[in-house]
Amino acid sequence: MKRQTPYRGYPNRTGHFGPYGGMFVPETLMTPLHHLAEEYDRVRRDPAFQKEFDYYLREYAGRPTPLYFAERLTRELGGAKIYLKREDLLHTGAHKINNALGQVLLARRMKKPRVIAETGAGQHGVATATVAAMFGLECVVYMGAVDAERQALNVYRMKLLGAEVRTVKSGQQTLKEAISEAMRDWVTNVRTTHYILGSALGSHPYPMMVRDFQSVLGKEARQQILKKEGRLPDLLTACVGGGSNAIGLFYPFVNDRSVRMVGVEAGGMNLKKGKHAARFAGGVLGVLQGTRTFVLQDQDGQIALTHSVSAGLDYAAVGPEHSWLRELGRAEYTSATDQEALNGFQTLSRIEGIIPALESSHAIAYTIAQAPKMKKSKIMIVNLSGRGDKDVVEASKHIKQLG
Amino acid sequence: MNRIDRHFTALRKTGKKAFVAYITAGDHSLDVTASLVREFEKSGVDAVELGVPFSDPLADGAVNQSAADRALRSGTSLAGILRTVEKLRREGAQIPLILFTYFNPIHRYGLKRFVTDAAKAGVDGVLYLDLPPEESGECLDLMESAGLHAIHLVSPTTPDARLARIVRRARGFIYYVSREGVTGMQSKLQGGIAANVARIRRCTKLPLVIGFGISTPAQVKSAASFADGCVVGSVIVKRIGELQGKPGLARQVAALVRRLAAPLKTIS
Repeated sequence: MKRQTPYRGYPNRTGHFGPYGGMFVPETLMTPLHHLAEEYDRVRRDPAFQKEFDYYLREYAGRPTPLYFAERLTRELGGAKIYLKREDLLHTGAHKINNALGQVLLARRMKKPRVIAETGAGQHGVATATVAAMFGLECVVYMGAVDAERQALNVYRMKLLGAEVRTVKSGQQTLKEAISEAMRDWVTNVRTTHYILGSALGSHPYPMMVRDFQSVLGKEARQQILKKEGRLPDLLTACVGGGSNAIGLFYPFVNDRSVRMVGVEAGGMNLKKGKHAARFAGGVLGVLQGTRTFVLQDQDGQIALTHSVSAGLDYAAVGPEHSWLRELGRAEYTSATDQEALNGFQTLSRIEGIIPALESSHAIAYTIAQAPKMKKSKIMIVNLSGRGDKDVVEASKHIKQLG
Repeated sequence: MNRIDRHFTALRKTGKKAFVAYITAGDHSLDVTASLVREFEKSGVDAVELGVPFSDPLADGAVNQSAADRALRSGTSLAGILRTVEKLRREGAQIPLILFTYFNPIHRYGLKRFVTDAAKAGVDGVLYLDLPPEESGECLDLMESAGLHAIHLVSPTTPDARLARIVRRARGFIYYVSREGVTGMQSKLQGGIAANVARIRRCTKLPLVIGFGISTPAQVKSAASFADGCVVGSVIVKRIGELQGKPGLARQVAALVRRLAAPLKTIS
């Protein structure tokens, strides 16, 4: 077998993952981003910070989450043994709290009294509003008007938690516009405000920092599977919007070459232009919102419209490290359509009694297609990144047969 | 000699300050843009920044966002903007023209091809809003050899070490962003301009213009008193938006521009 160089040292000092990543932001943000990178560099090596982070993850967020053997789903599909990493059981209902906690602790160290966030499905907004409430920080969350409507429950949760929710009505009124608006706020209030970006995207150091904070879930999963099965899994899968839950799962396994890693993008209605959010299927190299990566765009470099039944995956660019892992051949990417995801949503609900988020349902959809093709001796881990309570109203519009 | 250098040298000799106007290219149509440039040149505007419309203009406030939307709806592309510049030059326009752009449309067009085509069309400089020196090495080398000036932004948050790095690669003039925030009008200029201007002056002999938020003749006068000139954008763009489809748009906008620039044209 060919000897492989270990995957380490990404991103490099300038924030690049090979040709991807970097810092493509207005001049006013360069210095705050450099400060953030320096501060993060200090805390990642500071045992006191790590101890504090671990404390809140355990006592407040409810870590570790179970690695649950989905016995009935495994039997039903008749192939690989399926384990679910239960991030849906975390406080606030998704993996987003891991990163929000890490970043709010960082904001406190930087003495910023105000935090802002963007949100798509609302899970990151809720997580940010939650940690801001716990530490008594002012919190503003930007959310596209379309998303605010399809995730109305989360809007109410954020308000209840004391955050101000500002709906964004420009462009297609989803996650991308919420990020632009959050960046406009940050550039204006940069001295008092920390921007808690919710996914492994945007300018350096966010893709690295979010990955590191989310890696807790992959580290746990690795230990748990070794304990339960005495060996590494054969396949990991997770949905990919910006890609924070996927990178959190993949990263601790990246040098375990026998472990296959598959990210699942939003295939939307179909893979025609404007009908999906599968960047690796229809995107080309571009620069959006701080980073160089695969971007859905037209011939003139204008960002394309996207569509997904799940607000959290409905975004035109993919986190830069995913582009790099794909180029290196270390991870593969596929997509699941809205229909397949809705099918996954119902299947997991009925067979395991777990209602998954529509985002995570894309990974379930892939599992439903893939597990039967694998031998019974194979093991796969699916990241169940969030729970689906927020999605039941939206899903009911699409699932006609349940009256 | 690059038109920007020629123009600023001439201004310096006569002790005058530069009035730079920003408009979004293709706002209504590229024909309207061309008439505006012609009227601006006649009105004594010293340079025009042509905004390349982008679908996700994260450094821009609401006024410029709407203008970008209008420009994209009218079918504006980078290639079309370059053709418009070429046409203006063929007609004899000598006013310095600077493209003000996000990087993705350039990236998609192809960097080498863009630099060649822009220089050939008669563009004098390019300001990339989201391409800091950390990411722009190759781009700046290409521009340098094509004789295109890379205009750089400096902001109140830019520390001295970084400032030194920026001015090394800056050409034409330095654009000092007079406040932390996005483009748009404001009722009062942010403080600390004098100190920041002095800081920049210590690092470079390039002309210095001040922009972001300047929207009245009084602010023009005040901002320019600190520097070699100022940039006015949103208030002009807003007027263009209001005059959509009206006859005499270019003349009316030029009248506004003359009022704004008046303080710089009457004092010496």
